[in-house]
Amino acid sequence: MASIDLPSPGTQASTWTSPGREQWTTVLHSWVTTVDHKRLGILYVGCGLVFLLIGGAEAAMMRFQLFFAQNDLLSPQVFNRFFTMHGTTMVFFVGMPIIIGMGNYLIPIMIGARDMAFPRLNAWGFWMFLFGGLIFYFSYLGGDGLYAAGTAPDVGWFAYAPLTGKAFSRGNSTDYWVLGILISGFGSIAGAINMITTTLSMRCPGMTLGRLPLFVWMMLIVSGLILIALSPLTAAQVMLLFDRFLGAHFFDTQAGGDAVLWQHFFWFFGHPEVYILIIPGFAYASEIIPVFSRKVIFGYPIMVGATCAIGLLSVGVWAHHMFVVGLGKGTAIWFAAITMLVGVPTGIKIFNWVGTMYGGKLHFRLPMLFCTAFLFQFLIAGLTGIMLAAAPFTWQLSDSYFVVAHFHYVLIGGLVFTIFGAIYYWFPKVSGRMVNETLGRWHFWLFTIGFQMTFTTMHVQGLLGMPRRIYTYPAERGWEVWNQITTAGVVFQGVGVLLFVIALIHALRRGEPAGDDPWNAWTLEWSTSSPPPAYNFAEIPEVRSRRPLWDLKHPDDPDWKYE
Amino acid sequence: MSTSVQTHTSPRLPDRGRVGMTCLIITESAFFSIFVVGYLFYIGKSQHGPQPADVLEFPWLATACLLSSSATIMLAVAGLRAGAMARFSLGLLATMVLGATFLGFTAMEWRGLIEGHGLTIRTNLFGTTFYSLVGFHAAHVMIGVLAMSLVLSLSLLGHVEKRHAERVELLSWYWHFVDAVWLAVLASVYVIGR
Amino acid sequence: MEFPRPALPLAALSRTSGFVVGALTAALPVAMYAADASSTQTPSIFDPRSTQTTEILAYSTLVLGICAVIFTVVTALIAYAVIRYRARPGDDGREPAQIYGSNPLELAWTVIPVVVVVILALVTARTIVDLQIDERPEGWMPVTAIGHQWWWEFHYPEFGFTTANELHIPLSDSTSGRPTFLTLESADVIHSFWIPRLAGKMDVIPNRTNHAWIAPLETGTYVGQCAEYCGTQHANMLLRVVVQTPEEFERWARAQQRPAVDDPKVADGRATFLKTACINCHTVRGTVATGRFGPDLTHLMSRATIGAGVATNTPANLRAWVQSPDHLKMGARMPAMGLGETDVDGVVDYLITLH
Ligand code: HEA
Ligand code: HEA
Ligand code: HEC
Ligand code: CUA
Ligand SMILES: [Cu+2]
Repeated sequence: MASIDLPSPGTQASTWTSPGREQWTTVLHSWVTTVDHKRLGILYVGCGLVFLLIGGAEAAMMRFQLFFAQNDLLSPQVFNRFFTMHGTTMVFFVGMPIIIGMGNYLIPIMIGARDMAFPRLNAWGFWMFLFGGLIFYFSYLGGDGLYAAGTAPDVGWFAYAPLTGKAFSRGNSTDYWVLGILISGFGSIAGAINMITTTLSMRCPGMTLGRLPLFVWMMLIVSGLILIALSPLTAAQVMLLFDRFLGAHFFDTQAGGDAVLWQHFFWFFGHPEVYILIIPGFAYASEIIPVFSRKVIFGYPIMVGATCAIGLLSVGVWAHHMFVVGLGKGTAIWFAAITMLVGVPTGIKIFNWVGTMYGGKLHFRLPMLFCTAFLFQFLIAGLTGIMLAAAPFTWQLSDSYFVVAHFHYVLIGGLVFTIFGAIYYWFPKVSGRMVNETLGRWHFWLFTIGFQMTFTTMHVQGLLGMPRRIYTYPAERGWEVWNQITTAGVVFQGVGVLLFVIALIHALRRGEPAGDDPWNAWTLEWSTSSPPPAYNFAEIPEVRSRRPLWDLKHPDDPDWKYE
Repeated sequence: MSTSVQTHTSPRLPDRGRVGMTCLIITESAFFSIFVVGYLFYIGKSQHGPQPADVLEFPWLATACLLSSSATIMLAVAGLRAGAMARFSLGLLATMVLGATFLGFTAMEWRGLIEGHGLTIRTNLFGTTFYSLVGFHAAHVMIGVLAMSLVLSLSLLGHVEKRHAERVELLSWYWHFVDAVWLAVLASVYVIGR
Repeated sequence: MEFPRPALPLAALSRTSGFVVGALTAALPVAMYAADASSTQTPSIFDPRSTQTTEILAYSTLVLGICAVIFTVVTALIAYAVIRYRARPGDDGREPAQIYGSNPLELAWTVIPVVVVVILALVTARTIVDLQIDERPEGWMPVTAIGHQWWWEFHYPEFGFTTANELHIPLSDSTSGRPTFLTLESADVIHSFWIPRLAGKMDVIPNRTNHAWIAPLETGTYVGQCAEYCGTQHANMLLRVVVQTPEEFERWARAQQRPAVDDPKVADGRATFLKTACINCHTVRGTVATGRFGPDLTHLMSRATIGAGVATNTPANLRAWVQSPDHLKMGARMPAMGLGETDVDGVVDYLITLH
């Protein structure tokens, strides 16, 4: 008995082309009005990548300023605006849209559904995100114009009170920060509601919760975290708007308001947020590593359990960002201990991935290359996280470049690397074409070398006492050499990212046709055509195990025997 | 699993609307929690101006209205399920009236505070936290009343039928949630805060 | 006098794990070397000069050591997998054995990390209890530090004077002197007090009082700076701490207590200063200048730098500063006063008499 019904390759209109050659206006119109989850997914990821280039360019400018001690390439205001715009962009307009976009594209196909649960809400979510991003960048056009960086926000990505109050932040720069994030946040919440509902209500026959691909499980947990974490940020930002526009006093220290309350509110969002960003990275790795090791994922149930544990613990550790605000001893000890505990489920994941690799046959194609680098880099990143959780150590490390090194290691070494891997992995499915392996390898090596140069050295600056968010530093501090290596790395990264963009364009134009299942993989998305037809599956598939395509390819030894 | 019969039965999947509404309620709860925490945190920290104990009355009537409206909307849903359109419309109307009365009480209370005691959102921390929390709750009541008036007009035009009971039930979930938030507001503002 | 004593054999532990760290990570020894070699000004946390930072370093080295061990083990596991199990050219194309999991293994890599975490948490708790001091112990010298956008104000309540940007404190090794206990307050936004070789960070928050303490073990000048982003010139909110022998410190404090020098030779400049808005923001003790928005200038010339470390305290820099603070420190909270050339000269001549 066949455990899955393979659909006939798409005769229907696909994601990319409507039948026949259309006028560009018709094409544009069809993209703007689309409610198809695949097209929205592509839009999300595409916009995220554009914002990555913008945020990266801002980072590069900061690095050039810091190349020399006492450099005067950028004025202090411009520098302060750059790090605020860079950090906010990277978190809210690069990380969030890409993870939601990937979820949008893949969740329905992976669970054998024809679309998301609420397609129109889905489109609304995307446009809210984009609208938020545009408002945020509109700030550059205000005030003194581009050279003085307009009225772009300059309060840092966590916008500590009371610097954001009217008394210290005149004009509208802080309002752009609030509104950009607030509006795009509605989009993220809509996306999360959609992903949860799709996963719970739209699964194909046989797709029990215990058989969900790990990707879907992890996105489910991430969506739950988005619901719990994002609306507190929205609430806090509304309070800030009340302060700024109505003269309320939530964070107004001159009227008895409390500056630390904002920190609690922000990090109650902010810490879960970093797991919202990294768990999707885990999700990509959990699909890619097994396929390129040719082995089933090691310890599926404990992988799910560990993700739940990370999700639960992550809402209880926020004050580890506040070890130097003067917490009581008991509070400090509690948050230090719980924070370290997060290392346990995270470690379990690393060990399970390595367990998957053991005894396998590892094929180092592009996705696997990026995931291997991710394993190694995320390990370092996590361990520096443990050092930061060690409160007395953090009395020295907090707000220094060591922290900057830590979070770029997780965010780039963890998230961006897995995103690159995931894009190389699913690109053939989305476009029907293979990415040129040579270009991809150049991208990988340049980006990895650049990444290591930039962010490994940053730990040293931090240990040598260099605080973050400074636009200049005295020459006698002995930080210059290290900053120069750091900056040099950015050039490698920049070229790497450009090669990535070139590789994608090249593949779209003249990549080899990919076929339905180029990686010989096991989850449902590889059973439909590349690119998938408008309704994903001609016939809704039926599954009997976690790896439906494995069952199909190995009728003698199917997976469902072992469940 | 051993038998193929078992593996082929599709899981019974929860209804989309219910899952979606549950998610919305979770998000909204998180949103309100922050305002409640803000209120509790600032109790007694105002530097000048009126304090809660001086100016707030326990809103018995408003509370009674809102809580009983949870019952009337349940009646309305039950009516729709049974296909009794009159019961449905009446129940919905009663809910709206109760909701609107609640809003009326809030308006009167605010007017008294603003004109009688000079308490605005700028006056002190109490004013700031009070108007935001109570105001956001009232805004949710208002949204609920508007949504219900939409449903009521549709039903008077004959567009609401028994098969829509599921959707109206979701609306009632939202309404119960707004009620529950009121209990939290009541506890923090009128009990603990005074 | 009481000194906080290390309650754990941390120093010994640190020596051993320091060895491990040194052997394992290339960057850190290089960093320490650079800290020593490139300049004595580098505020490296590996070069502590106070009881507290020495303790922190001992603890940190232990944490580093544990992390280094985990790093080595896991990296070795990954590297082994990558090398040993990579697909080889002559592969038969068959799928490897499918292993779905292993309870004993998964239990092991849950329990071992839990044990490590428990150990780390206990050591952390001990260290926090030992090193965080929230109330001034008997006999310690009180100093109040107030953060401003973008400079530091220091009060010495025992002596009754105020100074800025350069904190003087007495040595406090086991034989002499006494530790300094700082009360931290802010006049505007959040700042953070940090001198890597003497004291870990502590935020300076409006409406709150925080505390920090320093028991310096060696005389000298130590640099640090504001560590919490506080606006345009956060980068130039530098701190200098001068650790002196108790005798020198006493002499310095007595000198600071005296009112400002009143040199008749600069009476003109003095008059200009006193009739300009300078006095709204600055104090010169013994005159009508009692402003508190800017640094106390009574003994301006006893400081080595101006503008919170942005420039050395030379007559030329003072002149540039008075003429246009923006020129040296863009965005500084002191306006250019628009004085004529002769007035500026006079004021600066007066300022440089304020020893
Ligand atoms: C994707 C994002 C991401 C992730 C996954 C993490 C993961 C972790 N982070 Fe990080 N963090 C950030 C993003 C992230 N962080 C950002 C953006 C900031 C700065 C924000 C700002 O100030 O601007 C920050 C700041 C930050 C601080 C505050 C520093 C400060 O400002 O003073 C702390 C302190 O505790 C911390 C700790 C941790 C810990 C313990 C983990 C853990 O989850 C790591 C767990 C992983 C491991 C431990 C490795 C694998 C485990 C094993 C091999 C098992 C064995 C290990 C043990 C037994 C320990 N992080
Ligand atoms: C996902 C998150 C993410 C990512 C991917 C990055 C990527 C990078 N970040 Fe970012 N960063 C943050 C999140 C992220 N960052 C956050 C949250 C902060 C805190 C902000 C705050 O303090 O408020 C921060 C802060 C921060 C600082 C500290 C600023 C300060 O404290 O003063 C620095 C300094 O070096 C930095 C550098 C970089 C660099 C060099 C990259 C590189 O990896 C970028 C590589 C990409 C490109 C280079 C772009 C692609 C290429 C081109 C467009 C071609 C042109 C380029 C060249 C010619 C070079 N980042
Ligand atoms: C509006 C307030 C204001 C006025 C008026 C003002 N100052 Fe200042 N002054 C400041 C502030 C604030 C600083 C600290 C700036 C910084 O370091 O960022 C400062 C710093 C200084 C310093 C450096 C002190 C140090 O130790 O770093 C000198 C010298 C000085 N002012 C002299 C003057 C003179 C002379 C005048 C009048 C002609 C004057 N100031 C008028 C606010 C003012
Ligand atoms: Cu003060 Cu940064
Ligand atoms: Cu965190």
